[in-house]
Amino acid sequence: MKWAAGAALAVASGLLFSPFGGQSQILAAGSRAPSGSRRWSMVVDLERCNGCKECTDACIEEHDVPPAWGNPSYNGKQEWIRVVETSNDPNNGAPFLPMPCMNCQNAPCTKVCPVGATYYNDEGLVVIDNTRCIGCRFCIAACPYDRRYFNWGEPPHAPNEQFINYTPDYPVPHKIGTTEKCNWCSHRVRMGRLPACVDACRKEGMKALFFGDANEDAITNGEETWVLSEILARRGGYRLQEELGTEPSLYYLPPTGRGSS
Amino acid sequence: MRESSSTPKLLQPLMNYSKAYYAFIGLLLGIVGLGTYAYATQLQNGLVVTAMRNNVLWGLYITNFVFFIGISHVGALMSAILRLSGAEWRKPVTRMAEAITACSLAMGAIMPIVDLGRPDRILNILLYGRIQSPILWDFISIGTYLTGSLVFLLLPLIPDIALLRDKLSGVSVLRQKIYRILSFGWKGTAYQHERLEKAIGVMTILIIPIAISVHTVVSWIFAMTLRVGWNSSVFGPYFVAGALLSGVASVLLAMALFRWFYHLEEYLTPRHFRNLANLMLAMIVVYIYFTLNEYLTPAYKWETAEGQLLGSLFTGEFSAAFLFVQVGGLVVPAILIALPKTRNILGYSVASVLIVLGMWIKRFLIVVPTLARAQFGDYWATYNPSWVEWSITAASIAGFILLYTVFSRIFPIISIWETGGITAEPAESGPSISLGGFGFPASQRFPSQDGSGFGGNSEVAD
Repeated sequence: MKWAAGAALAVASGLLFSPFGGQSQILAAGSRAPSGSRRWSMVVDLERCNGCKECTDACIEEHDVPPAWGNPSYNGKQEWIRVVETSNDPNNGAPFLPMPCMNCQNAPCTKVCPVGATYYNDEGLVVIDNTRCIGCRFCIAACPYDRRYFNWGEPPHAPNEQFINYTPDYPVPHKIGTTEKCNWCSHRVRMGRLPACVDACRKEGMKALFFGDANEDAITNGEETWVLSEILARRGGYRLQEELGTEPSLYYLPPTGRGSS
Repeated sequence: MRESSSTPKLLQPLMNYSKAYYAFIGLLLGIVGLGTYAYATQLQNGLVVTAMRNNVLWGLYITNFVFFIGISHVGALMSAILRLSGAEWRKPVTRMAEAITACSLAMGAIMPIVDLGRPDRILNILLYGRIQSPILWDFISIGTYLTGSLVFLLLPLIPDIALLRDKLSGVSVLRQKIYRILSFGWKGTAYQHERLEKAIGVMTILIIPIAISVHTVVSWIFAMTLRVGWNSSVFGPYFVAGALLSGVASVLLAMALFRWFYHLEEYLTPRHFRNLANLMLAMIVVYIYFTLNEYLTPAYKWETAEGQLLGSLFTGEFSAAFLFVQVGGLVVPAILIALPKTRNILGYSVASVLIVLGMWIKRFLIVVPTLARAQFGDYWATYNPSWVEWSITAASIAGFILLYTVFSRIFPIISIWETGGITAEPAESGPSISLGGFGFPASQRFPSQDGSGFGGNSEVAD
C-alpha cells in the first residue's frame, strides 16, 4: 500500500501548498486575522439616536449604494447601516438600533469565503474584493447580524463611475453577482476622515455615532472626544450577541434614563 | 450478433429502440432545453430572475444540490458495502446503484455552479481557493467522489463492454468505437480477471470513506455557520443517513421501472425488492432516530431563536411540509414496507416515491426556513421560487433521468458477467466467473494471508 500512502501525501501536500494556494490566501494570516497597528472601533450612543436615518442616507450617497431588489430596504436601497426599530414602547429610552457592519475581530464571513474575496485589509477592516467574489453567498449566510447584501441584478451605474479606480476600500463601481457591505468607509478612514455615517449624525445634531482607534483609547463623533475604555465602563457598553464569540468592534451604549433622547 | 429470438434479455434494451423510447428521450430533452433557456435568462440578467433575495439567499438550487448528492450515496452503499459483506443478492442491483451515483453526482455538481452569482469566475476556486472554507472541502470531496464513482462504475463494466464489442455488431460505428475503447482490450483471461477483481476490491474499500466524507462535508456547509437550525453537531451523520435512505429508495424505484420496461423479471426477483425494502426500513428507523435527536433537543429547551424556527416548522408556515416529511416520507413508507399486505413490488415502489419526495422536501426545509427567519428585526422573509428556478429544477431531474436512461440503452444495466446472464467468456476465465454466481473468487473477497488481496500486487502474475 506504499503507493497509496504516497499518493495521498502528494495530494494532501499539493492541496496545502501549491495549486489552491493562489497568491497569498492559503493558510495566510493576512486574510483571516486583523493585522496592522489600528484597532478601529465604533460606538453608538443609543440614548442619542432618534432613528432619523440620516446615517443611512449619507451612506447611500457616499457609496451610491445599489438597490435592494425587493428586500427590506431604505428607499429601495441596501441598508449598509440599518436602523432597526427595536421597540415601539414610548417609555423605552432606546427604541432604535443603528447597525453598520460589526467589523468582527473573529468574523464568520471571512472564515467561510472560498476565494478570500472578503478579508481584513491593512487597516483591520473587513472589506470585499468584488473583482474576486464568485457570488456563492456563503458569507451572507454566515453573518449572524444579517449585515451583508447581494447584488442580485445589475446595479445602476452613474456616469462618473468610469473615473473611479476600483479598490475594495471603496467598492464603486458595484458589480452584479457579488456581495456588498459596510466597510466603515475604509477609503475615508485611510485619509483620516470619519465614516460618512458618523459625519452625518453629527451634522444632524444627534452626535450618536463615535469612531476611533482602540489602541489610542479615543473615540470621537467629530465634536466630542471620549476615552473609549472609560465610557464603555461607565455606561455599560455592550456588543451584540457577545456569546457568539465574533468579537465585534462595535459597541452600544445603553440609555441612562427613561424616555430621554 | 444478429437479432434473433435467442438474443439475451439483458441485451434487448441495447438493440431495440422503440418509438416510445425516442418520444421519451425527446420529452426529457425538451425539459432540459427549457432549463437551459431558463439558465440563459439567469446568465443574462443575474440571479435577480430567481426568487432568492437577501434573507433566503439559497433556495431550490442548493436544495437540489443536497438532494442529488444524497441520492448519489447509494452507489457506495449498494456496491461497496454489500460487496464487502458478501451479500450475493446484490449482483443484479449494483450497476443500477452505481449508475445512479454517477448520474446524480453529475447533476448535483452542476447545481452550486448554477447557484453562483458569478459563474464566470468559477476558476477563482482553483486560483485563490482557501482550504479553510467548507466550499473548498465540498469542491475537493465531490470531485474525488465523482472520479471515484466513475471508476467504480466502469471497472465492473469492462467485461460486459468487451462482450458488447464482440457481440453487438449491428450497432452504429460510434457505439462500436465506444465499446472498443472502453473495453480496454479485455479478453477475459484469468490474468485480466484477477487484476480487475483486485482493482474492484481496492475501489470497494476506497469509495466508502469518500462517500461518507462527501455528504458530511455537504452538511458542514450549513453546520459551520452560527445560524439557528444549522448550528448542529449531528448534521454530518444526519445527512449521511438521509442520503442513504433517499439513495436506496431511488434504486428500488429504478429497479421497479427497469423490471417493468425491460422485462427483467428473471433477474430482479421479489427477493431483491424485499431485501432492498428491508434495508430501506432500517434506514428509515435510523433517520427517524436522527430526526428525533435533531428536533427534540432544541424543542425541549425552546430557546428564543430556536423556538421561533421550530414553531414555524411544527405549527407555522412550514408545518404542512414538515408534517409530510415526517408522516408521508417516513412513517407511511415504513408501514407500507412492514405490512404483509403491501409487502410487494407495488407497495415498495409507492414507499420509495414517498421517501424520495419527502427527502427532497426535507432538504428544502433544511435550507429555507433557517434563512427565512431574519436574525435581526423579528421578521420572516418569504420565498416562492420563480419559473427559472422551477425550470432548472425540472431540467436537473429530467437530465438525471436522461443520463440514466441513455446509459441503460448503451450499457447493460444488469451486470452480465456477474449474474451469469450470458456465458460468453472463454473457458480459461475460470468457472467462478462465467457461471456468474460469484463475482469475487473467495481468495479475493477477503485479503489473502499476506495482506495483498486488495493491494494490486503484481507478483503473482509477473
